[in-house]
Amino acid sequence: MSVDSVEDIKKHIKVYIMVFVALMVLTVVTVGVAYLPLTVPIAITLALIIASIKGSLVASYFMHLAAEKSAIYWTLLVTAAFFLVLMFVPLLTTLDTISR
Amino acid sequence: MEIPYTVNTRADTGLNNVKLGIWLFLASEVMLFGGLFSSYVLLRVGAEPGTWPLGAEILSIPLATFNTIVLIASSVTMVMAWASLKLGNLGKYKLYMGSTVALALVFLVVKAFEYADKFSHHLYPSESTFLGIYFLITGLHGLHIVGGVIVNSYFLFPGVKMWHTAPERFTNRIEAAGLYWHFVDLVWIFLFPVLYLL
Repeated sequence: MSVDSVEDIKKHIKVYIMVFVALMVLTVVTVGVAYLPLTVPIAITLALIIASIKGSLVASYFMHLAAEKSAIYWTLLVTAAFFLVLMFVPLLTTLDTISR
Repeated sequence: MEIPYTVNTRADTGLNNVKLGIWLFLASEVMLFGGLFSSYVLLRVGAEPGTWPLGAEILSIPLATFNTIVLIASSVTMVMAWASLKLGNLGKYKLYMGSTVALALVFLVVKAFEYADKFSHHLYPSESTFLGIYFLITGLHGLHIVGGVIVNSYFLFPGVKMWHTAPERFTNRIEAAGLYWHFVDLVWIFLFPVLYLL
């Protein structure tokens, strides 16, 4: 990003404003969906999908991950892998057959 | 001795050390919050059926929605502060950075009201597992906001003088501070539905 011209930055700024509007709309959608009469698994799935879209918008545009050097992508790939491991730790408890 | 690669890119990483450094730090932050998210899942799934409360019944959705909007807005002003420096406009930088700090303070004040309201109803972390993990995660997130306010205030007031001696290096510092700030915003984007709405 360090070689961006003035024109490039002005284009970026337009994108930032569009992302801002999209994030606002999705925030309203998040709250709206919570008031719908949905079952818990569907509500959780929907909420996480919307949050993931918002999170990707922040990461891709505000954090410039849409166009970044490969050293950062590799770092984040390893991070994502270990994050997934963390998220699956609770599953291990269902394998515990001794305490029930 | 001068700190190497604050502006120049290293041939092997293709990056300056500022950016690689902040991303490595953020990777460790992903694991910190990831561990707590994982704990939340375990506590919720492991709770006796019917005992886990709906966040909305205890917490205030309007206040949290307002805070979500405030934090997203502060992310926009932060990225605009960096873009202003890229365009060489120090005046606009100060305006946007000042707004970022102000919005962060608004977030903290609203959060303080939320906490005070819970305490006034005797809802402490010891009340339930849900409140325990709620106060732990939002408290840690709040500390991250406080940290961001301190660093951004430094770059707004005393730290800004670097702009006059090493503008490119200063711009990179703001980019790194921005990456941290967007990460804190990103964590909240997940915390909000998980704790308040589900």
